[in-house]
Amino acid sequence: MSEVRVLVGTRKGAFIITSDGKRNDWKIGGPFFAGWEIYHLKGSSADSNRLYASQSTGWHGQLIQRSDDGGATWTPVGNNFAYASVPGTHQWYDGTPHPWEFKRVWHLEPSLSDPDTVYAGVEDAALFRSTDGGANWEELKGLREHGTGPHWQPGAGGMCLHTVILDATNPARIYIAISAAGAFRTDDDGLTWKPINKGLVSSMMPNPTAEVGHCVHHVAMHPARPEVLFMQKHWDVMRSNDAGDTWSEVSGNLPTDFGFAIDVHAHEPDTVYVVPIKSDSEHFPLDGKLRVYRSRTGGNEWEPLAKGLPQKDCYVNVLRDAMAVDKLDKCGVYFGTTGGQVYASPDAGESWQPIAEHLPAVLSVEVQTLQ
Amino acid sequence: MSRSESGAAPLQIRVVLPYHLRNLAGVSSEVTLEIAAPITIRTVIDAIEARYPMLRGTIRDRVTHQRRPFLRFFACEEDLSHASPDEPLPAAVTTGKEPLLIIGAIAGGR
Repeated sequence: MSEVRVLVGTRKGAFIITSDGKRNDWKIGGPFFAGWEIYHLKGSSADSNRLYASQSTGWHGQLIQRSDDGGATWTPVGNNFAYASVPGTHQWYDGTPHPWEFKRVWHLEPSLSDPDTVYAGVEDAALFRSTDGGANWEELKGLREHGTGPHWQPGAGGMCLHTVILDATNPARIYIAISAAGAFRTDDDGLTWKPINKGLVSSMMPNPTAEVGHCVHHVAMHPARPEVLFMQKHWDVMRSNDAGDTWSEVSGNLPTDFGFAIDVHAHEPDTVYVVPIKSDSEHFPLDGKLRVYRSRTGGNEWEPLAKGLPQKDCYVNVLRDAMAVDKLDKCGVYFGTTGGQVYASPDAGESWQPIAEHLPAVLSVEVQTLQ
Repeated sequence: MSRSESGAAPLQIRVVLPYHLRNLAGVSSEVTLEIAAPITIRTVIDAIEARYPMLRGTIRDRVTHQRRPFLRFFACEEDLSHASPDEPLPAAVTTGKEPLLIIGAIAGGR
């Protein structure tokens, strides 16, 4: 019998919401790490009992927690995120140089093959890797040092490396994204990196087509077609067919192309989900109607999915790491809101139900499909 | 009782941790640490981190060893937050009469 485990990081703790494969009855476990900000937690696809969680507060800094029993118990592991070389400066909001300072871990991405290997995307932007279950962390400094770092600048949420995508068909290839620097790719296991932002246009930048400086909000990939990437930029939904070398806009008929979250259907590589948000000044859905939009054509043609979602007076946001899919048939789609709701669709977005309604603001949602 | 390299008996130092760090360390009230002189903020935090490794980085930055900005150190009704970490702590702390208080800044609302 299949099971689904939804891992929810919130502003005040983590929750694990479980159901059998029918996805009708849900049980909420937690809070874990009550009172702490849990930016992200994610399970290893090589060992579903191995989970990693990023735990932080402004008072006590950053901790990493590890579970070896599917989230029943947790152990603090290593939290020494020391940049591998003198970090130098990036641009501050006003364009002046600002020293690089570690603040927190935004995203944890377990290796696809080794439960003890996990990547951490951090603020100020850098990528770290642990190969011993989170005990020790080493920066992949080629990213920060490849040359454009002094031109990176923070988005409103800080200068965060928030997206890490691994390619099962090419273990030496990693994609990452930084707000506000853009997307980057390595093809040699993190030794060297290059910006992959050609085709992005950001009108708020002095040079709208600059090599770096773009506020990429999130990137998604279907594992069976790893050269195709979908991106929710600050404004614009983008698609690349060549592993990020070039991008083209696929916002099409979306009512607004601002947003944070984006994900791809587990079995249909051209089915993409976004949650349009009114604007960068008003972080809530258009007209108070919470709607997921789905494209079944790899972009450009989008349809609203609203059945079961609030269609009036809804002014929540859906953050960049707060959408995920399961691997069941039909594909389940999940997202969390800053209002503390977690919605699930067991039918690829046709209908939705809240599986949690009163959590703290949701920062991240990940899903494990347990067969 | 063990003795330090200098031959002096270690002192029993009482420390009150903030709520989240008590939970993290699995302690319910103040902790008592055996520390050899000199008794300073630095040697007390060294001892806390040695006994409770999960607290490394939660009181002071792991790299710079700077006090986390939302934490303050008090003892004997004195604010020691801005004193040198190598300054000897008050006698009442070194004799165990008073605890060193590590307190989170009052920052409700978040």
